[in-house]
Amino acid sequence: MSYQAQGYDVAVIGAGHAGIEAALASARLGCSTIIFTINMDAVGNCPCNPAIGGTAKGHLVYEIDALGGEMGRAADHAAIQCRMLNRSKGPAVQSLRMQVDRRRYSDYMKHTLEKQPSLFVKQAEIIAIEKDGEDWLLTTHLGAIHRVRCVVIATGTFLGGRIYIGDVNYAGGPDGMFPATRLAESLKGLNISLRRFKTGTPARVLRSSIDYTNLECQNGDEPPVCFSADTETPPRNEVQCYVSWTNERTKQVIMDNIHRSPLYGGVIEGVGPRYCPSIEDKVMRFPTKERHQCFVEPCGLNTEEIYLQGISSSLPEDVQIALYKTMDGLKDVHIIRPAYAIEYDCVDPTELQPTMEFKAHRGLFGAGQFNGSSGYEEAAAQGLVAGINAAHSVLGREPLVLERSSSYIGTLIDDLVTKGVNEPYRMMTSRTEYRLILRQDNAARRLTPIGYRIGLVTQERYDKLLRFEQQLADELKRVKSTSLPASEEVNAAIVSRETSPITGGVRIVELLKRPQLDYAALEAVDYTRPDLPKAVFDAAEIEIKYEGYIERQLAEVRKMRKLEERILPDDVDYTFVDGLRLEAREKLNRIRPRSIGQASRITGISPADISVLMIWLSKRERG
Amino acid sequence: MKLNNDCTIAAIATGQAAGGIGVVRISGPEAHAVADRVFKAADGVPLTRSAGYQAHFGHVSCDGWQDEAVALVFRAPHSYTGEDVVELSCHGGLYNTRMTLRACLEAGAENAERGEFTRRAYENGKLSLTQAEAVMAVIAAQGRQAEAAAQRAQEGRLSAVIGERIEALQGIAARIAAWCDFPDEDDVPEVSVDGIIAALEQERDNLETLVKSGDVYALSNGIDTVICGRPNVGKSTLMNLLSGCERSIVTDIPGTTRDVVEQQVTLGDCILRLSDTAGLHDTDDIIEAIGVERTQKRIENAALVIAVFDGSEPLCEDDRRLIDLLEKRSCPCIAVVNKNDLEQKLDTAQLERCFGSCIYLSAAQGNGLAELEGAVMQVTELEKLDAASAVLVTERQLQCARRAYDCIKSAAEDARFTTLDAVNILVFEGIDHLMELTGGSVTESVIDEIFSKFCIGK
Repeated sequence: MSYQAQGYDVAVIGAGHAGIEAALASARLGCSTIIFTINMDAVGNCPCNPAIGGTAKGHLVYEIDALGGEMGRAADHAAIQCRMLNRSKGPAVQSLRMQVDRRRYSDYMKHTLEKQPSLFVKQAEIIAIEKDGEDWLLTTHLGAIHRVRCVVIATGTFLGGRIYIGDVNYAGGPDGMFPATRLAESLKGLNISLRRFKTGTPARVLRSSIDYTNLECQNGDEPPVCFSADTETPPRNEVQCYVSWTNERTKQVIMDNIHRSPLYGGVIEGVGPRYCPSIEDKVMRFPTKERHQCFVEPCGLNTEEIYLQGISSSLPEDVQIALYKTMDGLKDVHIIRPAYAIEYDCVDPTELQPTMEFKAHRGLFGAGQFNGSSGYEEAAAQGLVAGINAAHSVLGREPLVLERSSSYIGTLIDDLVTKGVNEPYRMMTSRTEYRLILRQDNAARRLTPIGYRIGLVTQERYDKLLRFEQQLADELKRVKSTSLPASEEVNAAIVSRETSPITGGVRIVELLKRPQLDYAALEAVDYTRPDLPKAVFDAAEIEIKYEGYIERQLAEVRKMRKLEERILPDDVDYTFVDGLRLEAREKLNRIRPRSIGQASRITGISPADISVLMIWLSKRERG
Repeated sequence: MKLNNDCTIAAIATGQAAGGIGVVRISGPEAHAVADRVFKAADGVPLTRSAGYQAHFGHVSCDGWQDEAVALVFRAPHSYTGEDVVELSCHGGLYNTRMTLRACLEAGAENAERGEFTRRAYENGKLSLTQAEAVMAVIAAQGRQAEAAAQRAQEGRLSAVIGERIEALQGIAARIAAWCDFPDEDDVPEVSVDGIIAALEQERDNLETLVKSGDVYALSNGIDTVICGRPNVGKSTLMNLLSGCERSIVTDIPGTTRDVVEQQVTLGDCILRLSDTAGLHDTDDIIEAIGVERTQKRIENAALVIAVFDGSEPLCEDDRRLIDLLEKRSCPCIAVVNKNDLEQKLDTAQLERCFGSCIYLSAAQGNGLAELEGAVMQVTELEKLDAASAVLVTERQLQCARRAYDCIKSAAEDARFTTLDAVNILVFEGIDHLMELTGGSVTESVIDEIFSKFCIGK
């Protein structure tokens, strides 16, 4: 029996990292919103790494925060160890990574959803989705039918989820949850093509069963920094991580049992990510490597569960026990939860627009792993954009499309919808061509004005940004117009950094450009320096030291923007565009790029096709 | 250049020189119909009804003129341009070929722009950009070496060499990128700045060689040469000797007016482009006639200077002024000591000191040309041009390689004082410039490289 249940503006299916951001954004923009989860205890779950951030992912979290998303605040709240990765490798690649207490993280997110006005959380499995006029009808497993304007699908690994542990496999979601078994059929009914991806996670083991004596300890960085501009009290480093290694014996155990792997036995069809291989993958693909690294990470403060990062596996439990026991410090290890591989349904993201809305289905959006990505941060980023655009669609506002040159989020989404994926997509700094202008430290400067305009960033926070911009501008003006004299004192400070002394007055900016000098080096002799937050000086230093590179990248952005602004018409059938190669016609018809710029990034579109397209477009524009 | 391919175009496909057979190519949607208007097959079957790859014997005619011809029919997309094509082969000689073309133009075809067949072939996916450019270069190539090198590029040799450079740079970029993107991975080795600098410097040098090959190649298409010397040293005799040489040709470059004639002479494998030859034909003292300043200007723009001296007389004031002038120059100079058949009174020690290369000959006797050729090859480094190895044959290719070189050069310098994340931007950009020549996406290629080289994963 089914019944008509409450209707909403926006419904979000799934309350993982993508769903949370989508639902919060939608509700905060004033849309009545419902978010469905199969299990209330799965809200904001971290079924893999108990960590938020990392290279490029840290950038995403800062950007989510800058736009008014929730992930940064939650991570700051739940952090138990913070590390700034790549501190010495340059500002573009510096990334914050936090170990989080996964319970605390999940509780924070669940409570935030519950407290959010206009947002309703509901434990239910959605089993059917159908179009009714301009609306969508969602049916729960208990027969409730909700009429909504827009739907965001953020099903993660739950959709058609199947767990593999050796020769045992069964329908299931992560961490022992039920999977979403019936929704996939309903989506196929909408002509949405689904594919199978897979991912995996290592075992959780008992802390007291590990011998830490010979393991290298990894501490957090002091002082810890936080993700969110709203966090007033930074987290503390409360735990240590450790490093263990596999060895020849581990390899032997794997080689002896490789035929029992569902992946190598051909049972798993799903495509797994190259950057997150199981230990058996690593051994098979890099047979000459003697040992592999494993990070031993606590899952939280109120648990004895330890995560063995780097050693995911789909081998049978008995093999897992044998192989973990060969590793450094794990001789007597007790497995609490075994490692497993999970296979799930996802969509070909080229079926989506950069707004995350399906090209073929108005009001239907996808986000997160459902779109073929991987990672909590990648999911949250898409969820935020999908939620904003679902709300904008309901409210009749212009959609939000972030340019590649604006953000990692823009790059991530453009990659997904333009190039498609053949493995779960993970963000990396090498994926953006604008690395030096898309930094963690300037995420707020890049995106908070957008978040403010949309209405997700408070006035207070926007004012704070404007203050910062003013301080930075003033400081840059000061160092460009103020000179330091060639005094003994100044030269002593300069020479102490092993750079040549000055013979006459030199503007501060010129000194700061010297590789050996920085703000700290000149602190004692720079008497006109105002009392400003350290972040202002840091930003000024990057602007000054990387000026040439930043200019170069901005020039590239301007060049590319010209192509992005050459909008391709919606209604064109590329089959009839003369001069295009067949492959190009087919690809353009399928992906339907919004601009020449986007078309130029489609795999298989040659520069020749682009010149044909440009000629064709100018001809058409001229009429 | 016409920007659409709707019209049917025609042009002489065999070059403007006289030959045994002349071919007029017609390409475009109306190609078969146009051909039917000028060509009557002996069997009476219209070409519009002919299958592709068929040859038909018949006659072409225009304004009462008529000639025997063979029509070769191609049907889209199975033709050079990917369009409908007819090639009319008529008896050689410029007149017959031109009349055939005129017939086609009167029958509705438009005169093809220079390179338009190739552009259409390229746009229809028949040729890669590199191939298309190589074909263009072949068409324009003059001189045996230029042709050989251009043909190599067409065969993909250029792509292969650029591919090697891209691969090497990807290796560097991937090392830095992996080190940045996967900081805690044991399989990603610590990157040493010195190691990166050394690798970048090596690639910088490799790219320099590639760019240089392009510069030298440009020379192989013709060396802008100035022949100078005071009156009566034998400039015009030398000119006549060069022009009269059996192997040499003198052409009026088509499309230029009669007033500005560029004279080209070939000297073995070298083409000397003697511009503004009016001054040279004049036996008056050019230094006196056009002034030291103008001579200086011409020498500045030249790629090669041949200074002629009279071996039968001692150095005079004019000779010394010329030597002074040339000493300030960095372009290759050759001293030609003429009249070596007469009694030698010239103190050659000073000449040998001032000029890298000194050739003794008698223009009147016609000896010493081989030595002169050798000297030209040597001072212009043309002898180093290996026709079998890759060279950049077009200006665009040269520009791309040069930009890549600039990026890698800056990267190697900057790596000493800035962070590698910034340096890697230049490496990516360098790869990007090279990929402009071959196609492909730099970010994806580097990421693929990372995953194939390093065992990464948490």
